[in-house]
Amino acid sequence: MTTETSAEPTRRDFLYIATGAVAAVGAAAAVWPFIAQMNPDASTIAAGAPIEVDLTPIAEGQDIKVFWRGQPIFVMNRTQKQVDEARAVKLSALPDPQTDEERTKAGHEKWLVVVGICTHLGCIPIAHEGLFDGFFCPCHGSQYDSSGRIRQGPAPLNLPVPPYQFVSDTKIQIG
Amino acid sequence: MSGPSTYQPQSPFMKWLEQRLPIAGLVHSSFIAYPTPRNLNYWWTFGAILSMMLAVQIITGIVLAMHYTPHVDFAFDSVERIVRDVNYGWLLRNTHAAGASMFFIAVYIHMFRGLYYGSYKAPREVLWILGVIIYLLMMATGFMGYVLPWGQMSFWGATVITNLFSAVPFVGDSIVTLLWGGYSVGNPTLNRFFSLHYLLPFVIAGVVVLHVWALHVTGQNNPTGVEPKTEKDTVAFTPYATMKDVFGMSCFLLFFSWFIFYMPNYLGEADNYIPANPGVTPPHIVPEWYYLPFYAILRSIPNKLMGVVAMFGAIIVLLFLPWLDSAKVRSSRYRPLAKRFFWGFVVVCIMLGWLGSKPAEGIYTVLARVFTFAYFAYFLIVLPLLSRVEKTLPLPNSISEDVLSKGKTAGATAASLLALVMAGTLMFGGVQSAKAAEGGESPPSLEWSFAGPFGTYDRPQLQRGFKIYKEVCSACHSLKLLQYRNLAEPGGPGFTIEQAKAIAAEASIKDGPNDAGEMFERPGRLADTFHSPFPNEQAARSANGGAVPPDMSLLAKARSYPRGFPQFVFDFFTQFQEQGPNYIDALLQGYQDTPPEGFTLPDGAYYNKWYPGHSIKMPPPISDGQVSFDDGSPETVPQYAKDVTAFLMWAAEPHLEARKRLGLQVMIFLIILSGLLYFTKRKIWSNVH
Repeated sequence: MTTETSAEPTRRDFLYIATGAVAAVGAAAAVWPFIAQMNPDASTIAAGAPIEVDLTPIAEGQDIKVFWRGQPIFVMNRTQKQVDEARAVKLSALPDPQTDEERTKAGHEKWLVVVGICTHLGCIPIAHEGLFDGFFCPCHGSQYDSSGRIRQGPAPLNLPVPPYQFVSDTKIQIG
Repeated sequence: MSGPSTYQPQSPFMKWLEQRLPIAGLVHSSFIAYPTPRNLNYWWTFGAILSMMLAVQIITGIVLAMHYTPHVDFAFDSVERIVRDVNYGWLLRNTHAAGASMFFIAVYIHMFRGLYYGSYKAPREVLWILGVIIYLLMMATGFMGYVLPWGQMSFWGATVITNLFSAVPFVGDSIVTLLWGGYSVGNPTLNRFFSLHYLLPFVIAGVVVLHVWALHVTGQNNPTGVEPKTEKDTVAFTPYATMKDVFGMSCFLLFFSWFIFYMPNYLGEADNYIPANPGVTPPHIVPEWYYLPFYAILRSIPNKLMGVVAMFGAIIVLLFLPWLDSAKVRSSRYRPLAKRFFWGFVVVCIMLGWLGSKPAEGIYTVLARVFTFAYFAYFLIVLPLLSRVEKTLPLPNSISEDVLSKGKTAGATAASLLALVMAGTLMFGGVQSAKAAEGGESPPSLEWSFAGPFGTYDRPQLQRGFKIYKEVCSACHSLKLLQYRNLAEPGGPGFTIEQAKAIAAEASIKDGPNDAGEMFERPGRLADTFHSPFPNEQAARSANGGAVPPDMSLLAKARSYPRGFPQFVFDFFTQFQEQGPNYIDALLQGYQDTPPEGFTLPDGAYYNKWYPGHSIKMPPPISDGQVSFDDGSPETVPQYAKDVTAFLMWAAEPHLEARKRLGLQVMIFLIILSGLLYFTKRKIWSNVH
């Protein structure tokens, strides 16, 4: 008698727990498609393929803005003065230390390619403005130098360098 | 919801909350302590199933609206983009589209249950009327939702249904213009339908709250139709009714999944995979299956205004049901005559549904009139008369007495459930045979590797089919919904990404304007689609004898032919979904050099056995030896036809393999869950019996 009464609840509990567990797994799995649908879809991903940019129309001291994956990319043909200024800065003076060499391609030092989105809260900085001959973000006053590095203001990081490579001397591929 | 709550909050926080907002008490008294009659059978779980379906439709609908574009130029393609590109988009779309049908199956069972057991009788008249209002709202919502994909049936369905209002005397035409927001069904119509389709489910949810509120004031009816008298007649809602309902929902989900994963197009019309064309009406305009009985009533009256009045009257009459049937005994179980007439009425409804799917001609019109009369006679003659003359059987004294005196009725319930499923299948099949009048025999059924629950595409076949498309079909036809990257994606022909890139690079794509403001040609990329070889529609027309070669992206889903009785019943169980491929294959091989005697072929046309009207503008596209295969497959027309058809099937549904794979997992899971729920339910109910 005693064994039977103690065995009964155990078996019943197991059934309840198993049912609840299976139902919970199912509910959790059913949530997944509703989350996953919010990620970029296949055509959006396919449309984010690399783009090519012709550099010939950009004269020294000029810059252009191109779009890749919906983000503005600044391509700047820097003057020798800008390059020299960027290289003369001491790393210890930078909030996010990076040398200008790390941010440009060897042999193409005059070309600066950066994602033109302020690392503070996502505004678009204005080129050739501010105190450091580089970029100035009008939203909250972040100052970037001629290498796109943060020098002053609330932004924590340098303007990121997107993946890119030189296809020829006058053409780059971004992405 | 009625009377003071028995809820005793335990924690200090709950006590604090209960004095300010007694929501926990409301939930407790409505869904936990709420007494339910202990003899409810499984017909009563459809109320819970309906709540679940409303939630499913609202949740999937909100998500689909995130990806859908309500504009006449983009609506069709945005739906296809959901199915092809959005992560799990095919699952969400199938669930929402098949979910509408499931919603109506459940609501019809719910309504017939109410009819059989007299759930509309005092004191539940308001409960019943609220239910009819919900049903009307559901009909409006379902109709507007069907319009949104902007296919041929959407467009012409919207035209026909809105034109119903032109029957109103004097102001009819003005009303229709008002509904359209234009001179014909157009973008303003689509925009407002989308807005209302999004709004109405929340209105439904609101009326459902009233419906449940009214239910909880009067208490539930039950199969005996005798009100609970003592404590012994009822059980607490939780866990007893809850467990039973959850088990019922799980079983219903199994049935639902059959459609979602294995036959997503069984309940829909193939024509809706053709983009809306205001210049061409489909041969037969048929509403979704759940409106067919009312459609039959509309067409049976040979007068425009009276037809519309009869159709709306067929629903409005339900509002007066509590007073038309004044019998004192509720449940048909104790009304021998009412029971027979009830089943007669069920048959009348099914027959009306079947007739609604048939062309309105000949014997069908006569039958439709007979059954329309029978429909109204049931409400206006039979029920009022029966309540006066019928001799009813003695009612049990109480619910518990009834439960104790009777054994199990599970067998009967299961049998009637099966009968209902069969009847339902019969009605769905009616939709399939809607185009029966087009005449002619059906194309032969072929063996396809992708058929059935475990079917997958034959990759070498897809590659051969693609070669035929590229070398033959692409001279005239585009595949606007297919991108070069699709060729390398899982579930497809199995090209490598490099091969897909190379195939894309062979195409020249019009692009621009460039920096100089000029258009230019460039090699194709992975994200480009298989565009049309013609610069515009006019050029395509003039190059093809006046007919535009259709885009082939959805051809295999947009083509269909009648299967007739009893095939559609087998189709339901064998998951037959290959009408389109069978038709395309037959068409490609159906050319005949000399038309049969007595057939005059128009100039510039070719005779094809399977093409509607037998006269087709497209010359025979393939001939033996035209395309060379590396794998040694025969280079003959039958082989070409079959290979390219398989390729077109994949082009129409690139996710077919993923759908079936996930379907298997879901089915196995639901079977296990339903089993566990069944035993848990039994264990819990064993305390009661």
